[in-house]
Amino acid sequence: MLIRPFIEGVGEKTILAVEEAGYQFLLLMESLYWLCLGPLLNQPVRLHTIAAEMIKIGVLAIPVVLLLSFSNGVMMAIQGIVTLQEFDAESQVVPGIAYSVTREFGVLITAIVVAGRSGSAIAARIGSMQMSQEVDALRVMGIEPVRHLVAPIVLAMLVMMPILTIMADSAALIGGGIYTGIVLKLSLGTFIDRCFDVLVVYDVMQGLSKSLVFGVLIAVVACSNGFSVSGGAEGLGRATTRSVVMSIAMIVVADMLFTFFLSR
Amino acid sequence: MTDQAFQAVIEVEDLVTYYGTRKILDRVNLSIRQGEVMVIMGGSGSGKSTLLRHLLALNKPASGSIRLYGKDIGKYSTRELQTLRKRMGVSFQNGALFNSLNVEDNVAFPLREHTQLDDNTIRIMSRMKLEVVNLAGFEELMPAQLSGGMIKRAALARAIVMDPDMLFFDEPSAGLDPVVSADLDELILKLREAMQVSVVVVTHELDSAFRIADRIIVLDKGKVLIIGTVDEVKNSDNQRVQNLLNRRAEDVEVDPEAYLKRLTENLAGL
Repeated sequence: MLIRPFIEGVGEKTILAVEEAGYQFLLLMESLYWLCLGPLLNQPVRLHTIAAEMIKIGVLAIPVVLLLSFSNGVMMAIQGIVTLQEFDAESQVVPGIAYSVTREFGVLITAIVVAGRSGSAIAARIGSMQMSQEVDALRVMGIEPVRHLVAPIVLAMLVMMPILTIMADSAALIGGGIYTGIVLKLSLGTFIDRCFDVLVVYDVMQGLSKSLVFGVLIAVVACSNGFSVSGGAEGLGRATTRSVVMSIAMIVVADMLFTFFLSR
Repeated sequence: MTDQAFQAVIEVEDLVTYYGTRKILDRVNLSIRQGEVMVIMGGSGSGKSTLLRHLLALNKPASGSIRLYGKDIGKYSTRELQTLRKRMGVSFQNGALFNSLNVEDNVAFPLREHTQLDDNTIRIMSRMKLEVVNLAGFEELMPAQLSGGMIKRAALARAIVMDPDMLFFDEPSAGLDPVVSADLDELILKLREAMQVSVVVVTHELDSAFRIADRIIVLDKGKVLIIGTVDEVKNSDNQRVQNLLNRRAEDVEVDPEAYLKRLTENLAGL
């Protein structure tokens, strides 16, 4: 009778997953509610907290996003040239890099960096506030924790993710351009010109629209994991790790679905 | 409506609550009157902190009702509850100060969120409350730099900064030395005198409870053992109340069969 506990386990896990997804959706809806209606209800989402989140999520992530995207651009150029050489078509590496960077890898690397940096930090911060009853303290003061803690993060993500993505796209194209220039004796200017020849606004928008979705995913996954911390320091560590793993997994799966539908 | 009921600011009726399947509170009835100091006492795990969370509308009851100012908490809209909470001040067991803000900003926080006052006025008001709790001069310190007693006093300053009608304390003396603890008790009484607030204190410190209480409710395993004045509680002939007051261990009758079953339950190979 091993089958019964197995089915029960699957059922339990499914219920928990649906519950969690519902809770995350609710967090997002509540955040949007406070962002839109907060000022009318005299309970605005404070500008200084939004600015602080933007700095933590966006500005401080710039160096690592640039570095990783640049390296990624170089890597794609290396692989592209090696592969295309077999068909004597190495000059076609330019559109290859241009498309994959703007549609896929710029935003993917940005999202993974932000999930790793900010997703864990947000989960840890909210989790430790939950443990030390700071979240309860907010509530009993008549301050909605979602308005004070989650809404600024959601807005900061919505603003900073596209900006970081554009930076990542540029760094990756420059990285790819420099390597291609050295190997194929192509100037960076020509490389960029050829990129712009093949790219259309839709390609860049594809990446940018994904960045908004990924930003929201990171925010709600990190916040929901933070709010559900229990069980002391070990629980906090678990929630932090879970937040990063879960948001990166969701980003990659969502990216696959996006690509499937947007590239048809 | 009787005079007493009219004055009650909080009324708890047949409150039952569970954590999972474990019953934490069992048909608790209680009323707290305007201007009185009500102490909730009981041993560890008696349900006193859970009762406090219900009074603060942080938990939802499984059954029974809690009325604040005559209206069921569950019937307040979110907006009404938020407005109501501006009239409540809470000092949590470990202070629950915001770690990212210094002492002054912690105390000023409710004012900044709920009022349109200019920043200088807010700072002056916060400093006045810090004076009340003898923390003047410590405005710039971060919570991590404060001692246990200072954290509790800063939390108290934050709790009273909106001039509330009701004050709640969760274990105000826990982890403090007797002198600091007595100071804090004095402070609570002084505040009640000055602001005419109703005060609810959760504690298991007997000395502190007897010093500050107008009435005491004693909980044991989720049930109310007694509600009464300090003298009524001290003179209670209930064995469990006396055990608690005299710090006596409870005589637990051991059923040998059940004992053996507990020890051998779920062992491998049995």
